[in-house]
Amino acid sequence: MTDASLSPAAAPRAGLIATDARTRKRNAAEKRFRAYGICAIGVGLLFLVFLFTSILRSGLPAFTQTVIDIEFTVTQEQFDTAEGKMLKTKEYEKLFIAALEGQLQERGLEVAFDGKAIQRLVGKPGGTIRSYLQANPDRLGAPISFELAAASRVDGYLNGRITRDSLVDSRFLQASDLDLIDALQQADIIKGAFNWNFITGTDSGVDNPGGAGLGASVIGSFFMMLVVLFLSLPIGVAASIYLEEFAPKNRWTDLIEVNISNLAAVPSIVFGILGLAVFIQFAGLPQSAPLVGGLVLTLMTLPTIIISTRASLAAVPPSIRDAALGVGASKMQSVFHHVLPLAMPGILTGTIIGLAQALGETAPLLLIGMVGFVAREYPEGFLSGFTDANSAMPAQIYTWASRADPGFYEKAWGGIIILLLFLITMNAIAVVLRRRFERRW
Amino acid sequence: MPLTWLILLILAIAFAGYVLGRRRALNSAGGDRRVLHSLPSYYGAIVAMWAVVPAAGVLIIWLLVQPYIVNSSVLSTLPDTMVAEGSSFSLVMSDVRRVADGLDVAVSTGAMSREAAASLSTEDTDVRETLGDMGVALGSAVSAEVLGAAQAYRAMNATGALMMAVVVLLITLGGAGFALSRSHAEFRARNAVERGVLALLIAAASLAVLTTIGIVFALLFNTIEFFKLYPAADFFFGTNWAPSFSGRGGASDLGILPLLWGTFYISLIALLVAVPIGLFAAIYLSEYASPRLRSIAKPLIEILAGIPTIVYGLFALLTVGPLLVTMFGKDTLGWMSGGTAVMTAGLVMGIMLIPFVSSLSDDIINAVPQAMRDGSYGLGATQSETIRHVILPAALPGIVGAILLAASRAIGETMIVVLGAGAAARLSLNPFEAMTTITAKIVSQLTGDADFASPEALVAFALGMTLFVLTLGLNVFALYIVRKYREQYD
Amino acid sequence: MNDMRILERDVDTKEVKIAARDVQVYYGTNHAIKDVSVDIEDKTVTAFIGPSGCGKSTFLRCINRMNDTIDVCRVTGDIRIDNQDIYDPRVDPVQLRAKVGMVFQKPNPFPKSIYDNVAYGPRIHGLARNKADLDDIVEKSLRRGAIWDEVKDRLNAPGTGLSGGQQQRLCIARAVATEPEVLLMDEPCSALDPIATAQIEELIDELRQSYSVVIVTHSMQQAARVSQKTAFFHLGNLVEYGETGTIFTNPVDPRTESYITGRIG
Repeated sequence: MTDASLSPAAAPRAGLIATDARTRKRNAAEKRFRAYGICAIGVGLLFLVFLFTSILRSGLPAFTQTVIDIEFTVTQEQFDTAEGKMLKTKEYEKLFIAALEGQLQERGLEVAFDGKAIQRLVGKPGGTIRSYLQANPDRLGAPISFELAAASRVDGYLNGRITRDSLVDSRFLQASDLDLIDALQQADIIKGAFNWNFITGTDSGVDNPGGAGLGASVIGSFFMMLVVLFLSLPIGVAASIYLEEFAPKNRWTDLIEVNISNLAAVPSIVFGILGLAVFIQFAGLPQSAPLVGGLVLTLMTLPTIIISTRASLAAVPPSIRDAALGVGASKMQSVFHHVLPLAMPGILTGTIIGLAQALGETAPLLLIGMVGFVAREYPEGFLSGFTDANSAMPAQIYTWASRADPGFYEKAWGGIIILLLFLITMNAIAVVLRRRFERRW
Repeated sequence: MPLTWLILLILAIAFAGYVLGRRRALNSAGGDRRVLHSLPSYYGAIVAMWAVVPAAGVLIIWLLVQPYIVNSSVLSTLPDTMVAEGSSFSLVMSDVRRVADGLDVAVSTGAMSREAAASLSTEDTDVRETLGDMGVALGSAVSAEVLGAAQAYRAMNATGALMMAVVVLLITLGGAGFALSRSHAEFRARNAVERGVLALLIAAASLAVLTTIGIVFALLFNTIEFFKLYPAADFFFGTNWAPSFSGRGGASDLGILPLLWGTFYISLIALLVAVPIGLFAAIYLSEYASPRLRSIAKPLIEILAGIPTIVYGLFALLTVGPLLVTMFGKDTLGWMSGGTAVMTAGLVMGIMLIPFVSSLSDDIINAVPQAMRDGSYGLGATQSETIRHVILPAALPGIVGAILLAASRAIGETMIVVLGAGAAARLSLNPFEAMTTITAKIVSQLTGDADFASPEALVAFALGMTLFVLTLGLNVFALYIVRKYREQYD
Repeated sequence: MNDMRILERDVDTKEVKIAARDVQVYYGTNHAIKDVSVDIEDKTVTAFIGPSGCGKSTFLRCINRMNDTIDVCRVTGDIRIDNQDIYDPRVDPVQLRAKVGMVFQKPNPFPKSIYDNVAYGPRIHGLARNKADLDDIVEKSLRRGAIWDEVKDRLNAPGTGLSGGQQQRLCIARAVATEPEVLLMDEPCSALDPIATAQIEELIDELRQSYSVVIVTHSMQQAARVSQKTAFFHLGNLVEYGETGTIFTNPVDPRTESYITGRIG
């Protein structure tokens, strides 16, 4: 042990305060490393902010709609004259134009425009006016306020998507129309209004982005979620109870466990293929039906629900089970009377999060035919809601995003805002449930 | 809807069985429930269970099997010539089904009597026109064979449904009667019910295995079908992807290599974005951040994981793509010609994967025992030295597992590449070019208007099989590594 | 040489290595160490004894500022090593810890090879000029840790593969590799069997030649066997400090006596 008795410090060391070059270098490295970490978090959060600002900026205009709001009087006499003509709606259009000109002149704004320009701006106002008057003949002679939806390109001009420089004259919009729009805006005739049709309406044709609504696909998603909820919750809970409480350790349960953890990571598109091949081709269920979508999403959601349910069951301490068994309850009774109710808040939280995931899932819906058609109709009744062809929120967003008319992009972003609102609400409910009922043993 | 009625009827019988079973047991005990082996409700429940479960099982199997049998027997009545001149069985069959559906509509709206629908013939009416009037559009004129087959189809379906109803109801009654006959005081109803419930629980748990089997079979059968039409070697080693939709048959080139390349290239870029950011964020959050910062930043970053992929897809298509074009496009560097490119999809997918990498790494770094850190600090190591030389090496297997899981996510991701990567399959090194992936092509091959029996559509199943095997392999490997790692510190 | 050392051992007054004055430690609102003042001598083994939770480990961790790594922990008062305040804001805790090595309760070798475990400290502090130098330091340290003969043929085997006693000696070798002046040992034998404990105790006695050793221990027999000075802590207070022999045979404070005779603890 002679070597061991060497003096401890080979070289004299500086005091604690005087830092040498090496320590300074090491401390600089420490600072750099810390900075990398902060940068990484910063970049992550920046992406989040960037994502949300671009969603809000591009999506919010979908909720407003430009309308031409004008009040004018149609007399009984004018009505009779117009009804007597061959081109009836043309007559009403003339009345409308006259009213518009009058109101512009009143405010001292001089713009030259013709019927064609009006048609480019608001489509064919005559028809709307006529059908209103026919339905309400008693309003004849009194001032009536009409709110007519403006064409999507007028929207585009007002929110800056189309500028004077970028505008190319077409049958949809011409440079001269912009003067008219400016004048109408000055006269407060053109203005923005909340677009209820976007929330309650159904999808429109491929050339009418202005009239597109998300309503029908919200209903489609709703029916899908009903299927997912009523299948995946009982099946998921049953499977978890078996695996957590009853399963013996054998090959079969091992196989099930491995299967569940792998299914949780199978790409969603593969579930879409499964749905197409098994539910549609083999079992002959209808294409594009929320029922099929719900079945596919159920299979996808099950692993998530099983994993979270098992965690909640495992969190219930064994003493509760022992106590129940101790008073003579059967194993099954101890589980259903004591363990399951105690685990319920956790199970519900997991289920809601699973549902939220399923609600936003798109890829499998593409394969079972929920895109590529126009979901124009609400389902007729409750049962047909499951089987009638319909779209779902994410599928509708995809459909809009893949249409040629850029007017639909705004709708797609708007659809995302609604989808995210649903997801945020569901997650908030899950968080509240967890906070409210969380129990620490 | 007869099926709904059937189900309601079964439930009604079950309910009646419950009441009867309960009463019979109580009666056998002379009204004294203490004499019974189990609670009275168990005697009711076992009857209800016997009524519903076997019947429901038979019902489900019947519903699955009947269309299959009907299809094949209808097909066998069709002359072979019909199939030969058309393209495939499924096309003819879908014609038959459409005509049959049309007749159903006609009957249900009252436009045609049941008998008229069954006796309709092509000689005295133009079926296409008749059905067209009722809003059922048919692609071509209806031949006598198809009409006949459609009528046979309807007839068989009707008898099938009737038989099913009778059989299922008999089973319901039989089950209820059997259980009812056993309801007396000594019968161990609770144990029987619990055995039944346990069987249901096992069935529910086995559904996971059934799903996997379903996936494998769905992919396998169609893949085999595809390889009958298209040589496997050309599929796996072909460097050209050019499906033709106009000229059916051998004109298509369906080589998977360009798709695999696109998939890997995009995943690589995604990982290059996600791994450094996610890993450093995890390190900072678990080793440096104050509890307050951690409690704010961690959930915020995890929001990125909760956003549906369609949102990322749109973000790639409409925001990131155009942004990259202004940075690298014609006006500046001229590297990029369109918004959809490997870079676009890779970048956005990277953002999506950040929380995935960071929360998995966070868990793994936290699992490294505190003693390791103490040992290193005790020697005078700085925090970053401790992290780089002690914690990361110790956590490495786990982190590799996390990265592999992220890679499998990236490979299987669909919406971002469908919207952001482009549609052209090519083998190129330029990340600013549009390329396409396996998932994107599965979507386009199966949502196009290709006939299901053609190689152009069936190739999607072979692609799906490849994807499934690839991701499954990655997952199993990654989970194995992570589990090994966990065991090390347990 | 040998005679000199025996002489040295019997000398009572030695240089003071660590001087603590009015040290207070708080964990959040919990006052864990109260008014501790103590002078720890160079080339001496000082034992801290006391019941669990009395603050002896906490105080030990103040000496190399390991408590800095715990967020809620706050230290006030004055601790000086070689008459230099270690809580001076200009002091780099990293440099301090190179000077004040530490061995932990549970052997905690890094999941690396034996060689890398020992070489880690010299590497980060830049103590070796080249590979030969580093080999030299590793061998010297392993010899000082009294484990060289057992591991010299498998330096590249993982450190985690050694037995508990070997692991702890490896950790001691790892600690001395940075050439510290003070060695802190936090119950170094509590996870070991009696034979390994005896080996470590023998080693501690040898280390006394070169370092000031502070050992926290649960076992009074161990304190009596290895230390020259003993400090008794109770409920965060330093109750009594003095020659080990005196503390065990003739304690002044009744609390010390109760603990030593087994009435509290």
